[in-house]
Amino acid sequence: MYDLSCDRVTKAFGKFVAVDQVSLDIPSGSFFSILGPSGCGKTTLMRMIAGFETPSAGDIRIKGESVLALPPNRRNVKMVFQHLALFPMMNVGENIAYGLQCRGEKKAEIPAKVRRVLERVGLPGVEEKQIGQLSGGQKQRIAIARCMVLEPDVLLLDEPLGALDLKLREHMKIELKQLQHQFETTFLYITHDQSEALVMSDRVAVMNAGRFEQIGTPRELYDDPVSGFVAGFVGDANILAGKVADIRGDEVLVELEGGGGRIAARRSDGSAVGSAVEVFVRPEAMRIGAATTEASLAGTVDSLLFNGANSRILVKARGGQLIEVADPGQSGSLAPGAAVTLTFETRRARAFARRAG
Amino acid sequence: MGRDAGRLSLILLMTPFLLWIGLLIILPQLGIGYVSLREKISYDEFSFGLKNYVDFVSEPVYRNTLFRTAWMSILVTILALIVGFPVAYYIAKIARQKSRAALFLLCLIPLWVSDLVRAYGWIVLLRETGVISSTLVDLGIINQPVEMLYNDATVVMGLVYTVVLFMIVPLTSTLQGMDDALLEAGYNLGGSRFTVFRRIIVPYAMPGIVSGCIITFMLTAGSYLTPVLLGGKNSSWFTEQIYNQFITRYNWEAGATFGVTLLVFTSFVVWLGLKLTGQSLATTVAKD
Repeated sequence: MYDLSCDRVTKAFGKFVAVDQVSLDIPSGSFFSILGPSGCGKTTLMRMIAGFETPSAGDIRIKGESVLALPPNRRNVKMVFQHLALFPMMNVGENIAYGLQCRGEKKAEIPAKVRRVLERVGLPGVEEKQIGQLSGGQKQRIAIARCMVLEPDVLLLDEPLGALDLKLREHMKIELKQLQHQFETTFLYITHDQSEALVMSDRVAVMNAGRFEQIGTPRELYDDPVSGFVAGFVGDANILAGKVADIRGDEVLVELEGGGGRIAARRSDGSAVGSAVEVFVRPEAMRIGAATTEASLAGTVDSLLFNGANSRILVKARGGQLIEVADPGQSGSLAPGAAVTLTFETRRARAFARRAG
Repeated sequence: MGRDAGRLSLILLMTPFLLWIGLLIILPQLGIGYVSLREKISYDEFSFGLKNYVDFVSEPVYRNTLFRTAWMSILVTILALIVGFPVAYYIAKIARQKSRAALFLLCLIPLWVSDLVRAYGWIVLLRETGVISSTLVDLGIINQPVEMLYNDATVVMGLVYTVVLFMIVPLTSTLQGMDDALLEAGYNLGGSRFTVFRRIIVPYAMPGIVSGCIITFMLTAGSYLTPVLLGGKNSSWFTEQIYNQFITRYNWEAGATFGVTLLVFTSFVVWLGLKLTGQSLATTVAKD
C-alpha cells in the first residue's frame, strides 16, 4: 500500500494553473523528492498535501484514505517548514510537547516521549534550552523531532536546508537520510537543489511548470532523462544547439550551430530531420583524445578550472560553444590555447527537441 | 575631527528631546511634588510636611474616587483589548497587503478630530433629545425619550472609543512580525483554532498586548474630557478632583498632592500588572 497518493491533483489560482494533474504514489518508508525550479508548483503541491490549500480537482490519499475533507490539524502528515517555524516563545521541550498536548496525550507520558525523540535525533537533554540558543543544524533536528514524536504517516520537508550554509548543508543531507532510515517513515522532500534530491532520495519527481516531467530513481534521471528539461536540470550538462541532419535508427546526426561540425547523438524523442534540437552531454562523458568518426568535437583549451575532484577543462569548440570537460587526470598536460579533440560515446549524448525560450 | 562631529550631532539631536523632557515633564513634576509637600499655615506662610497626604488618605471620598478611577480604567483597558485584538489581527494577518495601509489609516482618522469634538459627538447621539433616543421613540420601540448620558456604562464606552486606537497600533505591529508559518505549524502539529490562539498567537503578541495595555491604562486614568462630558457630575473621575482642587477651590497644595498620588498609584498598578502577567518592561515595551 502507498503511504501517500496523489491522483491527478490540480490547483488553479484564477487562470494560472500552479499544479496541473499531478499523480504520484509513494511507497511506505521511502524517501521521495520533488525537484523543480522555484515557481514550478512544488510548494503548492506540498501545501495541498498538508491541507493548507484545497485542490481544484483530484484526490489526495494517505494510507489509502482520502484526506480532502480533513482540516490540516486532523491529517497525520507533519511538515518541516522552510524556515522551520519553531515556536520562539517555547523552549525545546515545549516545542516538541506541543503536538502531544494537542493530541491529548497523558501528561505523565509526555516528558518521556520528548526525551526519547531527542535522543533519537542525537540531542539528548536539551529540553530546557531556548530556540535562540540552538545552532542551525540543531534547530533542524528539533524541527524534525517535533514532527516525528507524533509518528506521522508522511513527513513533508519544504526545502529545510535552504537557510543553512554550504558546509552544514552537505552534512545535513547525510544526516537527514540517516534519520529517515532510523525512523522508517515516509519522507516527502521538496527542493530546487538537484544534489540534495539525488543524494538523499529513493525516488525523485522532476517538476516543471506545474507538471511532473519524470519520476524515477536518481540514477534513472541522471542517465536516462526523458526530456530536455530533466537532462538540463538534473546534474551538469553541456548543451549544444543544432539541427537534425540525418536519422539512422536510434541515432541522429546533428549539425551544430555556428559551423561546429556534425555530431552523432542518441535520438531521445520524435525530432524529425530539419528540426531544432539540443544535444546534452555530461562533462564526465567527454574525453580528450583521438577523434572517432562522429562523436567528436574539435576545439582549443580555453581555461582550466581547478576544483579538486570536480576540476574542469573549459574547451572552446570550433562553433564557439564553451564545453566543460570533467577530466582532472588530463589537465596537467594541457595549457590554455592547446588544440584538442573531444570525444564521447554516442549513447551518452542525447538529442531533445529544443525547448521554447 | 570625526569624534567632535559625532559629539556635536549627538548634542544637536539630544537638545530638543532634553529640553522637552526637562522643561515640560521633569520640571513641572518637581514643582508639583514640591507644592504637594507644602503645608499652608496662614497667608503666604508655609512649612514642609506630609500633612496633605495624610489628609488625602483620611478622606474616604478622595480615596474611593481614586480606586473607582483605577477600576474603571482597568475595565476600559480590558474592553479595549477585547475590541482591539480582532481589529489588529485582521489588519496584520487577514487583510491583503494592499488594503492594510488604508485600514490602518482608517483607524487613525478619529485622531484628526479633537477629543472635545468627539465627546460632543457622543452627546449629540446619546442625550435625552438626541439622535438615538428620538429615533427609538419615532420607531415606537420606547414610548418616552431616555437619557443615555451621565452613567458609568456611557463613560466606559466613550473611553474605550477614545483609547482603543492606542491598543490597536502596538498590537498590529507586533502581529505583523509573526511569520504565518508559525500558525501553520501550530495547525499542522494538531492544534485546534483555540489552541493555536492560546498557545501561539497570544504568547507571540504578548509584548504588544502589554505595551498596548500600559498606554491605554495610563491614558484612561489620566483622561479628563471624556469622563466629565459623558459622565457629568456622577462620573467622579479622579482628574476631576484635581481640577476642582486647583481651579474651583484654589487649593494648589491638595491638587498637587492628588496629582502625585495619581501618578504613583497608576505606576503601581502598571507594575503590579507586569508582575502578575510575568512580563517586564525590558521584554515588552523596550523589545527591539
